[in-house]
Amino acid sequence: MMEQLIPIPYRPLLAILCPAIGSIFIVLFGKRPNIRESWTMLASIAQFLIVFSMVPIVIGGNGEPIKYTLFTAFPSVDFGFSVDAFGLIFAITSSFLWILVSSYSIGYMRSLHEHAQTRYYFCFCWAIFGAVGVALSGNLFTMFVFYEILTVSTYPLVAHDQTPEALFAGRKYLAYLLTAGGFFLAAVVITYYFTGTTDFVTGGIPNLASEASRTALMALFALFLLGFMKAAWMPFHSWLPTAMVAPTPVSALLHAVAVVKAGVFGIVRVVCYIYGVDLMHGLGLGLVLACLATFTIIVANLFALAQDNLKRRLAYSTINQLSLIIFGVALLSPEGIEGAMMHIPFHGFMKITLFMCAGAIIVVSGKKNISEMAGIGKEMPVTMIAFTIGALGMCALPPTAGFITHHLFVHGCEEAGGTMSFFPYVLLIAAILDVMYFFPIIYTAFFAKSEGSSGSKINEAPLFMLVPIAITATVSIIFFFYPDLFHISELVETAVSSLGGVHP
Amino acid sequence: MILSVVEQFPVLVIVVSLLSAFTILIAGWLNKKSCWVISFATILVQLVMAVFILHHVLTVGTIHYWLGGWSPPWGIEYVVDALNAYILVIVLSLALICVTYSKRSIAHELPQKIVSFYTLYQLLVTGLCGVTVTGDIFNMYVFIEIFSLSAYALIASRGKIALKASFTYLVLGSIGACFFLLGIGFLYSVTGSLNMHDLSLILPPLYENKVVQAAFVFFVVGLSIKMALFPLHTWLPDAHSFAPSEISAMLSGIIIEVSTYALIRVSFSVYTVAFIKLLPIFDFLCWVAAFGIIIGSVLAIAQYNLKRMLAYSSVSQMGYIMLAVGLSTSTHSALWGGLTPALMHILNHALMKGCLFLVAGAFIYKAELWNITDFQGLGRKMPYTCAAFMLAAISMIGVPPSVGFVSKVYIILACLESGKFIFVAVMLLSSLLNLVYFWRVIETMYMKRGEGEERSHSHSSSSKIDEIPLSMLIPVLTLAGLCIIMGVVWLTEIPLPILDQVNALFGLGRYAIP
Repeated sequence: MMEQLIPIPYRPLLAILCPAIGSIFIVLFGKRPNIRESWTMLASIAQFLIVFSMVPIVIGGNGEPIKYTLFTAFPSVDFGFSVDAFGLIFAITSSFLWILVSSYSIGYMRSLHEHAQTRYYFCFCWAIFGAVGVALSGNLFTMFVFYEILTVSTYPLVAHDQTPEALFAGRKYLAYLLTAGGFFLAAVVITYYFTGTTDFVTGGIPNLASEASRTALMALFALFLLGFMKAAWMPFHSWLPTAMVAPTPVSALLHAVAVVKAGVFGIVRVVCYIYGVDLMHGLGLGLVLACLATFTIIVANLFALAQDNLKRRLAYSTINQLSLIIFGVALLSPEGIEGAMMHIPFHGFMKITLFMCAGAIIVVSGKKNISEMAGIGKEMPVTMIAFTIGALGMCALPPTAGFITHHLFVHGCEEAGGTMSFFPYVLLIAAILDVMYFFPIIYTAFFAKSEGSSGSKINEAPLFMLVPIAITATVSIIFFFYPDLFHISELVETAVSSLGGVHP
Repeated sequence: MILSVVEQFPVLVIVVSLLSAFTILIAGWLNKKSCWVISFATILVQLVMAVFILHHVLTVGTIHYWLGGWSPPWGIEYVVDALNAYILVIVLSLALICVTYSKRSIAHELPQKIVSFYTLYQLLVTGLCGVTVTGDIFNMYVFIEIFSLSAYALIASRGKIALKASFTYLVLGSIGACFFLLGIGFLYSVTGSLNMHDLSLILPPLYENKVVQAAFVFFVVGLSIKMALFPLHTWLPDAHSFAPSEISAMLSGIIIEVSTYALIRVSFSVYTVAFIKLLPIFDFLCWVAAFGIIIGSVLAIAQYNLKRMLAYSSVSQMGYIMLAVGLSTSTHSALWGGLTPALMHILNHALMKGCLFLVAGAFIYKAELWNITDFQGLGRKMPYTCAAFMLAAISMIGVPPSVGFVSKVYIILACLESGKFIFVAVMLLSSLLNLVYFWRVIETMYMKRGEGEERSHSHSSSSKIDEIPLSMLIPVLTLAGLCIIMGVVWLTEIPLPILDQVNALFGLGRYAIP
């Protein structure tokens, strides 16, 4: 039925086009909020369905990607899509969460009577366009194009408030991310210059090692890392906490899922599909990357301890978790990579829960700082229970999705052996730090006595916001018992098994 | 010799335009409104002819037209190959867009001078087309003077401070033209010929001759002044900012590019690649261009006046073009080798800078806004104009898939192939500097609030939409749309065969003899 409706090769293109077409209607119906918002919902649901319809094909095809080429830009560099299992994981995460965040945005933006809502929804569409484009693109060049679109389209969202603080955040955001874009472009062009291709090849581009010297490869990898500043690895992370002045749905979807994950996604792509695991081993880059990641993990957690603003604390927690994904890849062992790939959706669901809870608190009580939140758990029980679930996930405690991936990371360390077997202790310290900054929030919310004691009347956020929160929190738990929801674990296995070259 | 109709077009493009200039002058006495109509119609006809010429050149081959039937090297010859056919189409397209735009803005800005404006404008177009189609180097000098003189007058048309700007340009421009003429004189004294093709046959044995080498240096320096190559750019910021905006758009988008064309023509059609490789002058040009790219951008950041900022940005962009020209002899790829990136950026820069200057003109037309700090809230007041500005600005920054991005990638690939990694860094740094000064404008237009303005929660804000007239808006939006559309078209490589023919003509890129 579906095959007749949309021929398979066109599906990647259609998936990308959903938000683009949606954005046009959003502008056309800018004066009628209800119709405008229905277009957002429609585009998001359509996109998710199209993306999801590609899952059985990719799993059934034994890692054979769905290819669609628009045109050839340079010899053997196509502008086109190639949908493989790993790309689908990111695409599913972004597009599914877009549905929920759209609903959440409606509640949030209307409750706060935000200005320029048409611009907001319009730019949101293009940001998703960029993110899903990054996920589905078949080579570095296409990826770069979408990566830049993602950067530019999120600027109006970050600077949405138009206060001097927001403008500063926007400027900083662009300064960091477009500089990164410059490095990325240099890296792409140099890769093309060396190998004559930029396609993602499972196990790495075969002639990369023979064409370039060892030093050149190291420098190129550094360029790639600088290019993926979106992954917010330290010391290039400070745009992320600053960008938290954006409306909460933006922080939730873009700065916990779409934008930052695009950076991490890129690093995984480069490690597994451009360099390849063997070459990474040969160059000793795995250890370098792992050290960089663990440094970020620990330092970000220490920074998080010092924050009182809830969204900023969550931002540092995001920095920490992103580096965890980088760390998983850096292990260069099957289970480590499996964990990294799986953590992309898992962390997405958990962190979006936390952010949406923070937004709900702002909508209901206007409180942004943790110290003001005493007793809020009695006022907003559903929200705070969801928050607790998300927090447990961040601390890698069962029964949440976070436990599974951390389990995989530890196994990955063992598998990698050598120096890597030292790293589980670092993860342990990180987890303890996680507990140290998340549990006080939960404690304050449920057990601390509120000063004003306005009574424990239940006062929850509107249903538009509460339902998405409940869904993501539930999904975070379901992932623990059944990781194959949305075929995530199957996709991960397909992706890792097709990497082939992976060895302990 | 019987010529097909299209083969008559090169001379018709010039003659029609020149006669039209005088017709405008006479018709203007009777009816001022007819000036615009005649100018518009002439340029439209010229553009149609140019498109036919381009088609003919690509399918049949180079057009040779002997003026008065005198065969070269005695008579003047017009030669149109892929290079000048391509440039001619760009020149006339932008001229058409600017003349469309000028209808309302000139009636508003210079109501007393409509007749003289269009007469001069038509002469300017004549000069530009003349430089492009001619195959005779002295004839080229004559046309350079025609377009320069009309440009001096047009810049001065606003009076007051513009007079000073025009005078500076006049002095420097005349020096440039003198150098060019000296170059011609030197060559004539050695060879006794003025026909470019003839010269290219006589010169090779004389390449070691100091007079021939000095002539080349005169050409380079003279044309560098005309195209405002750093550090000879000092006339440009004043001239660009005080001219009427459609003339700024022409100056920045076309006039300095036509001078670049003249340099390319002299370097590769009069002299040859073999001569260029003899002297390290193109390497030197690369470095000069690289400095120009950076310093132009840095100076642009320091400006508060939008048109001045755009003018300095042009200095930087000319650096891009000259860097690409400088690299053209050392690249051999089929795709980014030879002159391809340079010619590509000539078109791209015409689109982007044309659009930006026209938008700057729109702000002046609507509210006399010159300074970037005054643009607060314009994003809501003039949504289409500001959207056009934004598209052109992100093209300048080089966000994909715009034209600026394509140029950037091609030039970077060319730098890599010739092994000059430092220029890759220059290109990337420059796009960041572009980001700094363009984003400042975008931020002010869309994001900054005026001082008295309260934070309004309603969807429709107090300020109503107050757009420029349609006859100005359409040119602006066309150029802005082309900034993105052409970017995709370049990426699909559809127009590249034209540029490939140019490389074939000059023995550059993949046609180079290793």
